[in-house]
Amino acid sequence: MTSSPPFPGILFHRTEGSVVLQSEEPAFFADLHLDQILAAMAQGREQYHVEPFFYTPVRDADAVRYRHEVLRDLEEPPVFELVEAFSRDMRAMRVYLARADKLRYRYQKERWFLDAVGVYCDAVASFAESLARLAVASRGLRGLRDYVASYSHSDAFASLAAETRRVQDDLADVAYSVHIKGNRVRVSTYQGEADYSAEVVETFAKFKQGAVKDYRVDFPALLEMNHVEAQVLDLVARLFPEVFRALDEFCARHQQYLDDTIRSFDREVQFYVAYLELIKPLQAAGLSFSYPHVSARSKDEEAAEAFDLSLAKKLAPARGAVVCNDFFLKGPERVLVVTGPNQGGKTTFARMFGQLHYLVSLGLPVPAAEARLFLPDRVFAHFEREEDIRTQRGKLEDELTRVRGILEGATGDSVVIMNESLASTTLNDALYLGGEVLKRILERDLLCVYVTFVDELASLSGATVSMVGTVSPDDPAVRTYKIVRKPADGLAYAAAIAGKHGLTYASVKRRIAS
Amino acid sequence: MKAFLMHRDRDFDVEAPLPPNEEALTQDLELHTLFEAMAGGDNFLFDVARRAVLMSLGDPQWIGYRQHVLADSLEHPSVVRDIYTLALEAIEGERKVYFGLLSRSPDTILHRSVEVLQLFVGVLRRLRALADDHAAEFRSEGFTRFFAMLATELDDEYFRAVEAHLRELRFRAGVLISAELGRGNHGIHFTLRDQAGRRRTRRLSGRHRRPSYGFQIAERDESGYRALTELRGKGLNLVANALAQSTDHILSFFRMLRSELGFYVGCLNLHARLAEKGEPACFPVPLPHDGVALSFRSLYDVCLTLNLEPRVVGNDVDADDRRLVVITGANQGGKSTFLRSVGLAQLMMQCGMLVAAESFRANVCDGVFTHYKREEDPTMEKGKLDEELSRMSDIIDMIQPNSIVLCNESFASTNEREGSEIGRQVIRALVDSGMKILLVTHLFDLAQGFYGEGMNDALFLRAERRPDGTRTFRLIEGEPLPTSYGQDLYQRVLGGGPAAAAPAHRDAAL
Repeated sequence: MTSSPPFPGILFHRTEGSVVLQSEEPAFFADLHLDQILAAMAQGREQYHVEPFFYTPVRDADAVRYRHEVLRDLEEPPVFELVEAFSRDMRAMRVYLARADKLRYRYQKERWFLDAVGVYCDAVASFAESLARLAVASRGLRGLRDYVASYSHSDAFASLAAETRRVQDDLADVAYSVHIKGNRVRVSTYQGEADYSAEVVETFAKFKQGAVKDYRVDFPALLEMNHVEAQVLDLVARLFPEVFRALDEFCARHQQYLDDTIRSFDREVQFYVAYLELIKPLQAAGLSFSYPHVSARSKDEEAAEAFDLSLAKKLAPARGAVVCNDFFLKGPERVLVVTGPNQGGKTTFARMFGQLHYLVSLGLPVPAAEARLFLPDRVFAHFEREEDIRTQRGKLEDELTRVRGILEGATGDSVVIMNESLASTTLNDALYLGGEVLKRILERDLLCVYVTFVDELASLSGATVSMVGTVSPDDPAVRTYKIVRKPADGLAYAAAIAGKHGLTYASVKRRIAS
Repeated sequence: MKAFLMHRDRDFDVEAPLPPNEEALTQDLELHTLFEAMAGGDNFLFDVARRAVLMSLGDPQWIGYRQHVLADSLEHPSVVRDIYTLALEAIEGERKVYFGLLSRSPDTILHRSVEVLQLFVGVLRRLRALADDHAAEFRSEGFTRFFAMLATELDDEYFRAVEAHLRELRFRAGVLISAELGRGNHGIHFTLRDQAGRRRTRRLSGRHRRPSYGFQIAERDESGYRALTELRGKGLNLVANALAQSTDHILSFFRMLRSELGFYVGCLNLHARLAEKGEPACFPVPLPHDGVALSFRSLYDVCLTLNLEPRVVGNDVDADDRRLVVITGANQGGKSTFLRSVGLAQLMMQCGMLVAAESFRANVCDGVFTHYKREEDPTMEKGKLDEELSRMSDIIDMIQPNSIVLCNESFASTNEREGSEIGRQVIRALVDSGMKILLVTHLFDLAQGFYGEGMNDALFLRAERRPDGTRTFRLIEGEPLPTSYGQDLYQRVLGGGPAAAAPAHRDAAL
């Protein structure tokens, strides 16, 4: 239709070998609370159907960079506001189109269609103009800018806009009068009779005191016309035949007015907008997000002040403190084994680790002040589940079945989150099963967080790193939710709690003695 | 159209917030007695009196404006009461015109408004007639302006124009509504058009009828009738609104007239009560607020006299240039009454009323505050001293320089030494901040302390007590005395024997 430069879209850096969008929620979404995060983003965006974009990770580092570039541009307020304004216009346009579709009377339908096209033309023109004036650095937005510039300057678009405006102006100039007496109605062109209300106001103006009540009756603005209104409108059309003939013809000719590339951009950009809007209040609450250094090869990782996005989203509005954690993996290190007291933030840590890696593969900024992360092909999560009565298997067996599924699905480039897996058995069994599974994970060279109550797993090999949930030094009953890199020492916590209650060996002895 | 009988250039604001210490003032000065006398049993007049008295004017000129209107009212009470009655008639008449609570449509609003306007036009005609008959007898700026306004604004031609509209608004020839096309081609900008004008032009120009198309709503098409009524309603909406608002405006003119005259009617009522008893009343002389003045002859407590059979005792004081007036002396010797009479006179002067005295002059104050000893807080949440000091602190929060503070037994809820020390610091600070203080106190240490300083802006008054122990209820100038004759009271109430001996002896000891 137009001779615009090829534009691959705002989400993907090239059109060839194009990505197939996933429509199913990935298995780990619920465990990592990504389902909650997505639900929050999708709310109010139902018409865009953004979910598949969040179900479909990208596989190469350049694709990630393409998105980072777009996001950095969008983080500039003028750019973000421009895109928001364009989206608002497009939403308004769709509301009008829906009305044109739904309503019954011809001139009503046609007018909504005309105005929808009017909104579209204005939106595109002003978008093109503003976009040309903004400094954008990303390949994505530069490509869009070039496309929109060329489209908006095309003859086809210019004549569509001009015709729309002409028909609208002619309709706006229509002025008619209705004379009502009893049950008889006469419609004629307006002849310039004086405003009688104004005369009445003038006569009584001298009594004007202070502010008074508004007595205007509010007539609900119904979308539908009643048949009297429709009859009046038909007669108005007879009084102004050229104006309404032009409207008929406009509608017949321009049913396919909407450009496909513009339509796709309008939907796809919501992927970015949704995420930026999600994190904006968290940033305002003092939490940092960053664009990670991404590598598809190196498994040396490092993150500073990372946090669980879903928890932060819950706590931030209440000004609750969100605890951030740091971690790193270097050289041969692959697995973070997390131990420590219950309710000490271990699960949150595991979830955070999973979220970070999935968000990396979506090309989004991650909840951390700084991060260098591996770009995984897939993320797997194994969280402890309620027993499933439908499977006829014991819980342990059920868990092992799921672990097997993960190990079969994972490639060397996958990330695995194991949370209190294989815990529903004796310590000896847990030690054995955990050790076996962990060995398989290490053999595959997988990146992994392994949360467990079995201290021994923390020092299984040079590839495992022990991290421990900590308690307040002053009061061991108070969790800090800080997970730090140090040897597992489950007894230290027990000793501290005992001390607080005067139940250490020494104090029990002393108390008995006294 | 404005009444402007309370202020030269603005309405009497019946919505304005009362001063924050309104409650304490009302209680301490027993203002309810005053308001009731002005109201004569009418709740509305009570409220007007309350607002007028509590919302002091700050400029002698503004006070003078009201004093002149009041002087006219005193000379022509029946005309003033007649106008008041007319306003009342309009207000009550309007209330009786039925206003359907449900289904308010422009049609019903319009219909009612036309009816109310007919009523108002009748009252306005009578008001004009009253003005025609009596304007010449009034001299004050306020009334002169008011009557002149009625004559120019409500001339005969104006009444004719209004009545022509009221006829046209019955729409015997149907309604003509113009409109344009809005969103979805719905009609917008529905505007009622002048058909009388249209008929005139057509007759003059002999122009052809314009092209038009018509239809009729079928006999049994109920939804069609509803739709047509709605369309008509959209056309009438603005005119109905304009008309209803006009009735509201005229109504608020009558309301304002009633409120403003209500104040003067209240003054007439009070004056009648005092005159009946033979108590004097005078137009006070308000002086600019940059001087310090307070002097009067036979100033008495208007609230006390309203509650007593005999006439009450007045006081003469010359306290010009005195910022501190300390009143000491016998219990039940008239100290509290005196303090109240000064507060009442100040408030009454500053709202334009007569003052209960043979003569009274004072500078206007930016605020009148009272700090009176209170009964103990029944909730016992605070100690007595704590409670009274917190009230004093509240006053300090509110007060502006050049206010008057009436202290009755302040700082007495602790022992004399502590109370005097606190009192000295507070009173001293208030005086030095430009306040005028009238202090009734039993705290000899406090009163004597001020006396000993030889302050030339302080005046010391004492409740007079004859050597035989009887009170004259007059205040005389004099040094504070170290007792308040509590023994007298004790003797009289509980002692039973002749009370003269012991106090006489004490006096002698001084």
